[in-house]
Amino acid sequence: MAITEENPGYKWVGTRPIRPDGLEKVTGKAQFGADLMLPGMLFGKVVRSPHAHARIISIDTTAAEAMVGVKAVITGSDFPDLAANGAHPSEIDVANNTIAREKVLYEGHVVAAVAATTREQAEAAAKAVEVTYEILPHVLTVDEAMADDAPLLHEGMITKGVDPAPEEASNVASKILHERGDLDQGFGEADVVVEREFTTKPVHQGYIEPHAAVADANSDGRAHIWCSSQGHFQMRAYSASVLGISPGMLKVTAAEIGGGFGGKTVIYLEPLAVRLSQRAGRPVKLVMDRDEVFRATGPTSGTRIKVKMGVAKDGKITAAEVWMAYEAGAYAGSPVGAAGMTAIACYDIPNFVVEGYDVVCNKPRVAAYRAPGAPMAAFAVESVLDELARDIGMDPIDIRLANAAVEGTQASYGPKFPRIGFVETLEAIKDHPNYTADLGPNQGRGIAAGFWFNAGMMSSATVHINENGTATVVTGSPDIGGSRQSMALMAAEELGIPYESIKAVVADTETVGFNDVTGGSRVTLATGAAVVDACRLIIEDLRARAAKTWDVELDQVEWVDGQAQHVEGAQPPLSMKDLAAKSGRTGGPISANASLNSRGVGAGFSTQLCDVEVDPETGVTRVVRYLTAQDAGRAISPDYVEGQMQGGVVQGIGWALSEEYIHDSDGVMENPGFLDYRIPVASDLPMIDCAIVEVPNPAHPYGVRGVGEVGIVPPMAAVGNAINDALDVRMTDLPMSPVKVLEALNEQRD
Amino acid sequence: MKYVAPSSVEEATSLLSSSPSAQVFAGATDVVPQMRAGRPAPEVLVDLKKIEELVAVANDGDKWTVGAATPTANLTEDPAFSEEFPGLAEAAGLIGSDQIQNRSSLGGNLCNGSPAADSVPAMVVNGARAVVAGPNGTRVLDVAEVVTGPGQTSLAADEFIVEFEIDRIPARTGDAYLRMIPRTEMDIAVVGAGARITLAEDGSIEHAALALAAVAPTVVRVPDAEAALVGNTADDETLSAVADAASEACDPIDDKRGTVAYRKQVAGVLAKRAVLIAIERAQQRNGTN
Repeated sequence: MAITEENPGYKWVGTRPIRPDGLEKVTGKAQFGADLMLPGMLFGKVVRSPHAHARIISIDTTAAEAMVGVKAVITGSDFPDLAANGAHPSEIDVANNTIAREKVLYEGHVVAAVAATTREQAEAAAKAVEVTYEILPHVLTVDEAMADDAPLLHEGMITKGVDPAPEEASNVASKILHERGDLDQGFGEADVVVEREFTTKPVHQGYIEPHAAVADANSDGRAHIWCSSQGHFQMRAYSASVLGISPGMLKVTAAEIGGGFGGKTVIYLEPLAVRLSQRAGRPVKLVMDRDEVFRATGPTSGTRIKVKMGVAKDGKITAAEVWMAYEAGAYAGSPVGAAGMTAIACYDIPNFVVEGYDVVCNKPRVAAYRAPGAPMAAFAVESVLDELARDIGMDPIDIRLANAAVEGTQASYGPKFPRIGFVETLEAIKDHPNYTADLGPNQGRGIAAGFWFNAGMMSSATVHINENGTATVVTGSPDIGGSRQSMALMAAEELGIPYESIKAVVADTETVGFNDVTGGSRVTLATGAAVVDACRLIIEDLRARAAKTWDVELDQVEWVDGQAQHVEGAQPPLSMKDLAAKSGRTGGPISANASLNSRGVGAGFSTQLCDVEVDPETGVTRVVRYLTAQDAGRAISPDYVEGQMQGGVVQGIGWALSEEYIHDSDGVMENPGFLDYRIPVASDLPMIDCAIVEVPNPAHPYGVRGVGEVGIVPPMAAVGNAINDALDVRMTDLPMSPVKVLEALNEQRD
Repeated sequence: MKYVAPSSVEEATSLLSSSPSAQVFAGATDVVPQMRAGRPAPEVLVDLKKIEELVAVANDGDKWTVGAATPTANLTEDPAFSEEFPGLAEAAGLIGSDQIQNRSSLGGNLCNGSPAADSVPAMVVNGARAVVAGPNGTRVLDVAEVVTGPGQTSLAADEFIVEFEIDRIPARTGDAYLRMIPRTEMDIAVVGAGARITLAEDGSIEHAALALAAVAPTVVRVPDAEAALVGNTADDETLSAVADAASEACDPIDDKRGTVAYRKQVAGVLAKRAVLIAIERAQQRNGTN
């Protein structure tokens, strides 16, 4: 582990205790989204469009409703017309994506849902719902969608961000632009200029647990939802909006979550389950099959990106021009905005233009995926930078060091960076033995770097001291990456009691204050800060109780090693246990709440080193060695930090080599399963070596930055650069499948 | 749908004759996913695993008999079998995952009729024969004659394979199977190549068999490559002729797993490599069994 600032003597922060959720998970006892069973519960099934783009002429549910066991059938007309209610366009999009009204915009788009006594009855009834469609021409890629005569998904869509606004509607939802300096002057100062065009395919987050929701509606209009999500407060808000009710009418309980990676920050099933439950008067469970997960949830954007960059002989980047178009899927909202902000954020570049387009097409609406938007842009920019380094004969780490953003650099997206650890990640790679390990025949080595903002946002925590001096830490952040452990570690450090004496739990929407989603790498930072604040309130309370007990002034009492001590030693210390036992006599239960809107975000950087071996006769690429160096700020729970770092890399390797949405000419997905949507399996991967860099975030009590996302930003370029190093072919189209690599090698041989 | 598990071949054939939509299965690693994917369920599902002959592996000195429903894990973990037919054992061991291996079988892999079935080219180059039971007794046919097209076999609706017969491997003979998949496991062959080589005492090639998977509607033998090998050694010129003949023998399709051009080119590469491995194994097996 690369430590750039010494651990200041923490007892619990930075240790590797046994994970609190492990036993329940390995014994199968943990309750995931699909596990809940309620008395009288019905099973639901969703009816989906077989067409990529069609007008719904009619939906006939009479046959389905007449079937044995069927208790409810719903369609779009069972939900309020949000447009008529003056809702925000983004809310209308969520509602229409949840269940289609006039048009279906992608294969898999929901048109109806049924609930029946058994799963088999529900499946049969779903097949019996008769939908008549008028099939419309579709567009699947940004190229098709941006063509002059392209069929339109949304007839009134006028591109935002263009001045003056275009008069004609198009499939381009918005344009973004970042610029600085003078491009012509910058390219004029360059000794070498490289210009390349890159394409990437939509890829799915690939969480193992399919979406699932159970809803139990009461006759007073209230309902209880159990679901696996990255944020049950958001599920409540979105569901209430789609149902046209107040969020307070819904209570949402978070199930254990089997992966999300951004894809479970949005709703699909929850409002459908509530409406079915209301119609049937019974609880209803909806669970997606894997093919539904692929056809109708996630993925992230397919893209086309053009990059032109120039460097001087000394390695300084003089200018960068980036053009990018991101598929949004059926509704506006691709991550092109974040892509534009992150594309060149690692570097201090005096002259640049970054231009981007958010483009709708007839594919599932994209959802957040780990550092949304950044990986594709980094694939393009880091590939070009690699080529520039080769052209001027400079080491790939050194060229990045020569341009690296540091404290005080004006970030390409606006603000000045506070203390950041990008340079330290580059140095950690250079100092690692992998950097100089011998390469065999047909092997190559690639470097790439990545940036992600990390998020802060709103969090709440409650800490209770139990009557025996143990503690319960309550938050509303679903634990997707080990947050129960990191909350408990920070609470142990604050309170001075053992980690084992603390239980961290995730409470429902009525039991703890509001929490934003578990996303943006924000929970250890923001929810962690709320936990620390609550613990400090507890300690203030405990000191006051000790002062009262001893009849001394508050400033005579300090909290050390989990006990109240008199500063002059005039009294025997009072332990947490002593104070808890006496709480009834000193003011009642010991408990504290803290809520905050965290603004102390610390940016994350990752640099990665990849060694591949390419079979020149088959085009098969195997990753043989991999090292990732990432600035965690402070690793509260190093096991989980490494897990996040490795997980991001592995998803990136899949994106680089084998994952892609494949559609036929009708816009139907051809590979909606893990056989032909190839996420890497364990035998595809070497051990992913981790170098945790710790450059503490000055704005967090323990220096946390957030680690969940930036790890997925560099891998595609790292793999591509390694393939280029091995066989001198520059791959610009993801995935770099054996077919494409062999084609490139054939061209090289011709 | 009715599930039955007969304990004899006769019982199984009479069950098949009694219901027009009865279907046999072994490990059900294809049948169940196909039903889940919407293929109509048969009236009667006949589980063959409870019939003794169908899960037995034996060697009578002249030949091996392998029950058609024998889990492939039993073959890959049989040291005598996998030493004698390392190529066939490797091919059988590539089907699915470790868990699947406990259920998948040579009979199922063959009768599913997938052009990409891994064990089929390896059986074909080893001259495996299928013993087929029907209402009128048994008949024997070459494994290469069983599959007639994707999902299609030459077996009548009331017939099923009881066992495979594979003659003991001659001296100076080795087999090999290679497949190309984008991943390292849990995948389906984009191209597969099985080879078997017998060397003459002088080290030249006396017999050669080469069969390809996933490059045509059924497994493809490559007689031109076999002819190029016989009487020669594995020099560059011969290997290049093998690769060209293999590419030429392909009649593949473009699909989500690979392109026509890719499959043809890589068929040549794998054919060459499989032949080289088979030769190396043949060289190591100088004595008789």
